[in-house]
Parts: sequence; C-alpha cells; structure tokens
Amino acid sequence: MEFALSEDQRMLQDSLSGFLKDAAPLDTIRKIATGDKSSAAALVSGLDDFGLSGLHVAEEHGGLGLGLLDACLVQEALGYAIAPSRFMATTVTAHALRNSGEGHLPAIVSGAMRMGLALTELSSRRDGAGVSAENGRLTGTSLLALSAEESTHMLAADTSGSLHIAQTPDNVAMQTIDRTRIFSEVRFAGEESAASLKPDDEVLAVARLLAAADTLGAAQAMIDKAVAYAAERQQFGRVIGSFQAVKHMCAEMASRLEPSRALIWHAAHALDTGEPEGLVMATLAKSHLAEAGTFIARTSTEVHGGMGFTDLVGLHYWFKRIGVNRQLFGSPEQCRHDAARLQGWLEPA
Amino acid sequence: MDLSFSPEYEAFRKEVAGTLAANAHLAPTPDDRGMKNSKRQAWQKLLIEQGLAARTIPTEYGGYGAEPDILKSRIIAEEFARTGLPRAMSNQGISMLVPTLLELGTPEQKAAYIRPTLHGEMIWCQGYSEPGAGSDLAALRTAAVSDGDEYVINGSKIWTSTAKQADMIFCLVRTDPSAKKHEGISYILFSMETPGIEVRPLVDMTGTANFNEVFFTDVRVPKTGIVFAENKGWQVANATLTHERGMLGDPNATKARLVELVELMKTERVNGERLIDDPLLRDRLLKLQGEVYAMQANGLRITTHNLKKESAGLAGLIVKLMGCELNHEIARLAIDALGELGIMYETGEHLRADGSWQSRYMYDLGLIIGGGTAQIQKNIIAERGLGLPREPKLAKA
Repeated sequence: MEFALSEDQRMLQDSLSGFLKDAAPLDTIRKIATGDKSSAAALVSGLDDFGLSGLHVAEEHGGLGLGLLDACLVQEALGYAIAPSRFMATTVTAHALRNSGEGHLPAIVSGAMRMGLALTELSSRRDGAGVSAENGRLTGTSLLALSAEESTHMLAADTSGSLHIAQTPDNVAMQTIDRTRIFSEVRFAGEESAASLKPDDEVLAVARLLAAADTLGAAQAMIDKAVAYAAERQQFGRVIGSFQAVKHMCAEMASRLEPSRALIWHAAHALDTGEPEGLVMATLAKSHLAEAGTFIARTSTEVHGGMGFTDLVGLHYWFKRIGVNRQLFGSPEQCRHDAARLQGWLEPA
Repeated sequence: MDLSFSPEYEAFRKEVAGTLAANAHLAPTPDDRGMKNSKRQAWQKLLIEQGLAARTIPTEYGGYGAEPDILKSRIIAEEFARTGLPRAMSNQGISMLVPTLLELGTPEQKAAYIRPTLHGEMIWCQGYSEPGAGSDLAALRTAAVSDGDEYVINGSKIWTSTAKQADMIFCLVRTDPSAKKHEGISYILFSMETPGIEVRPLVDMTGTANFNEVFFTDVRVPKTGIVFAENKGWQVANATLTHERGMLGDPNATKARLVELVELMKTERVNGERLIDDPLLRDRLLKLQGEVYAMQANGLRITTHNLKKESAGLAGLIVKLMGCELNHEIARLAIDALGELGIMYETGEHLRADGSWQSRYMYDLGLIIGGGTAQIQKNIIAERGLGLPREPKLAKA
C-alpha cells in the first residue's frame, strides 16, 4: 500500500516544472496571449523534447507507456505555468485509441499527426452545432474545439457519441476569456473518418480529469502567489499576512486544494488500474476542482487587493484559465449529473 | 502508487475477519449501555487478547504488545467497518491519557493506570478548558497551591465530557502564578472522588448533557499525581492535543455517513418520487460525494506519509477543519432532503433515523468549535502550513 508519487514521477514533475519556469515566464505568456506565434512555437518545440506526445502511448507503439497519473502530473505543471500545449488533445486521443491497435499511434508519437479535440457536443449541443457521420464522412460544426489551430487531425465526437479521427477541416478561432489557449469552431465538410470508435465514457472522463489537473496546477500557482504577496505586502505597519482576515483566506484556499490533489491522483490511478470507481471519481474530480479552483481564483485575487484586479500583476491569466476549465467538457452541474448516471442513480428503483 | 496489500497483509486481513466472525455472538448491542457495562468490558478484553484493541501497548501494561504497524491497524479498522461489529472502546482515557503516560508517566503511574483504563474499568475525564481559557488554553487559572505532600486545588473546568462517570481526571492546573503563562502549568492526575469536587451537567443544544462543568473547592490531592514534572504541564498537554485533533475528521466515518445519506435519498419518497430524483438535491449529494472522495484520498496520502515516518504537511493540518465541516454539510443535506419531516426530533411516528440527522447537525457544529475552533485551525494551517507570520503581540498597556 503506497499512496504517493514514485521517484520517476517526482522527477518528471520537477524537470517539467523547472523547464516551464524558465521557458514560460509571465512575459512569454503575455506575448503568446497577445498573438505572438513565434513565442508559442518556441515553447511548444521545447516541450516536444520531453516526449509528451507519446507519454500515454504504449511502448510497443513507440510511446513512453506511462499512465494517466503521469499525464495528470504533466497537465498540472502546464496549468501551473498556464502554458499552451497540445498535450491534453494528444493524451485524450491516445487514450481513445488505447484498444484499437497500432493505427495512428506512431504518427501521433512522432508528431506527424498533430491532434485537436472536438468533444464539446458530448456534454452540450447548441447554436446548430453537431457533427454527423454518414458513409464514413463527417459534416457539421463543433464549437470550442481545443488545439484545432495548426493541428493536422481532430478527435471529434458525432451526435451519437461515437468518436472519429479525421483531418482538421476549416476552422476559425473563437475568442474566450482565456488567451493562453486557442479555441476554435471547426467545420467538417465531408472529411473522411479515418478511425471510428464506439461511444466511450472513459474518453470524456479522461478529458475531464486532465482539465481538472490543469486547474489544480493553476490554482496552486494562485495560492503560491497569494501567500507570497501576503507575506510581503505591508499595510498598517505590518505584513498583511499577519492579519487573521487575510491569513484565513490563505488557509481556506490551501484547505480546499490539498485534498483535491489527492483526489486527482486517486482518480487517475483508479482509471489506470481499471477500478470500477475510476469513471465516477474522474468525473467528480472535474466538478470538484471546478468549485475549488473558482473559489481560489477569486480569493487569491482578493488577497492581492486592487493589484489583483490589474493587468500589471497578470493574475487574471490564471483566473481565466481556471474559469475556462470550469466549463470545458461540461459544467460542474453537468459532471455531477453524469456521475449520478454512471452510478445508476438516475434510474427509478 | 499501489493501493493493493501484500500477501502478508491479505493473510492478516483473513485472520482478523476470522476472529471477528468467530466471536461476533459475544459483541455488545446498543442495549448494553453505560461505560462500565460488563458485556462491553468483556468484549474489550477479548479484543485486546486477540490483538484487535490496545494492539501496540506493551503486555506488561495490559496491551497486546505488537509492533506498531499502520497497515495492520488500518486493516483492523476496515474489518470492523465491513462487519459493523462494535469497535474497541474509545474514550479520552484510552486515546489521550494512555499515550501520554507511556511517553512521560512514572513507572508507578504506568503500573497503576494503564491496564484498568484499557480494559474499561477506570474511566477518565479531561480537565483542560476553563470559562476563561478556551482557545487560549494557556490562560487557565485553576490554582494548585503546594502544601507539604499535597496541592490544594481551587477553580473550575468546563467542557468536561464523562465527568459524571469518571473515576479519575487528568487536569491542567496553575502551580506557579508568577511564571510566564505557558511555564507555570502542571499536568496532574487525581481521583474524582476527592472531597470538594462538584460536577454539574452542561446541557447543550442537542438537548443532552454531553459535557459538564467541574468545580474545585479546596480539593487536596497528592503530589505524586504530577505527570513528567511540576510546571512542565504545557509540554505534556501538547503531546495529547495533537492526538485529539487527529481523532476528529476521520474520512472513513464521513464515508459511512454519506452511504447512509445515499440510502436515505434512494428510499425516502416525497409525492411519490424518490428524494434522489430531485435534481437540486441530487446535485448537492454529488457535490458532497466529490468532497468525500477527496478527503478519503487525502487520508490515504496521510497513511503513506505516516508509514514513511514523514510529516504529512498541509494534507494533515487540514483534516480537522475540512472533515468536521463536511460531516456537518452531510447532515444539513439529509435534513433538507427530508424537508418538513426533517425537523422532527427525539420521538414520534414520523421520525426518521431516530432523529439522528438533526442531532448530528447540531453535534457536528459542536465539533467544528471543539478540539480547536475552525478559526484556530485556520491560524495553524496558515502559520505552520503556509509559513505566514503570527499575529503580532499587543504591547502591554
């Protein structure tokens, strides 16, 4: 019985965090958020050296063969640095293809296939969106697709819940509050489905778990910033962190996030080992982190006082990343509804 | 990450399950009331003999004498939870005094008190808080004045559970009024039958006297009752306070309550619909389920830190605050889900679950306050966990 990260996992986390600390300081994130493609490209190519595209692909297909727990540690580090990355899209796709043989996996590992995710309609369909698959061809639009820009292929859900891999069609960026990542409307116009997969609750659960891990990292960053600010900022002749009103806000943030970290680890491990509770845990991890993350985003901003509200400090980039993760792949209410369904609580006795 | 148990531990689990199954017929029932009930004492004796209670306490003091093994303790707790059989006795004497005596007691104190306490033959109460010393415990004023081989004690204590039943008290008293407040306190043991002690029940909001007030008027007690040393009582007390906070907020107990709540919401019907079919109530239930999962996972993480003899850091510091709050929220949802019938209490044919959700809702609020208030917990989390500075001391007027 050991509920802890392995030495390798800690090393992965440390080396990636160390790299991001140097390669993605706030100045770089600002440039990326204001449309500087070369900064984004430099960061992405640096991240490629970590072999992230093959992290969750079995070794027999050329990947590292690591599990979702490792993937969550990577996503947490990316969230902490609010770095843009194709990692979430790649990892969810790798998981969707986990049982389908070699297929596209080596191309995903090598980077020849760069994946985007069009799964929004699995949890909510509106404004005429929805992809249909007929005779092996996809038509229709998907909103708020992740990493579609500069992708070669999409993992897209159709209106029956089946998943497809197809070439990325025409797409236009959709402006969200979060400028650290690009979201798009993708418009399928008869692209061929290169792989068709049956509806799979686990794929959505994995996407949600990774979004939760991203929030875990971003929220931890916001706590660290709040605590550092509270220990340094002086008012009334003393540091504000010595006032109980401020101190208690910091304690409340830490108290909400610390058990959330264990929840992410447990949910990821449960999915990795095929425990039946894994799906429910991952789904509830998403809603739980959404609530804890939103609380921390506002509380950390408040600890920073007026400065927290400015663009100068840049705290708002984390606030917005957490705000987008909250809705991405389903709101907290939607996730909780799904978790009830997964436990058979919706069927009348 | 590996949540499985090795074959050695799986074998141990089988052994525990076998022992429990073979002896289940001897277990006391809820009708066996009272702290010194003979059936409960016999059950406790059996559990100690089988290594399922007082497991790591040396045999010379009446324990089972096994090496400490966190996983085995965990397996024992899980098997009790699975079978629903009554666990080993748990009271302030066993959980707080015994560890203190093992660490700091004199040979005479260990010999006299540990065995009968473990066997449920000697009941203790804890004399810490006073009307003027709650969160600021070190401000306590109950005075113990030296007189030959004795102290003469005057003052009062509050929040003293089991004072009525107690044979003995472990008590904090001020032995040096001129010393700094943490340095003039002693930790002393004496009989509750000593002349001059009056116990008055303190009825709380649940309608029950879960606590008492204890008054001391010229109570003469022998100095041999001092634990460790005169004026060193603050260090002694701190050892046990850590223990008390560890007991509050156990995630497995919280999980059991959530299971009860789910069962209630699946079976109870309003207007012909199950409570769980109401989307608003269901959403709240799922929210709490997420929190319970998180606290359980946090508990696993702490177990691993303990196994490695490392500090669990923030993961440990937040347990009392978050666990007690979560219990309170679970009771709140149960009451809301029951709606109008949720207000029934104590008796009546429409009462659900013996009114336990209302009494838990109130008692859990007591636990949010007791054992270090939520606000004190937040100070501890911020100062020890996050490194924020302490409140500056006010200059003396």
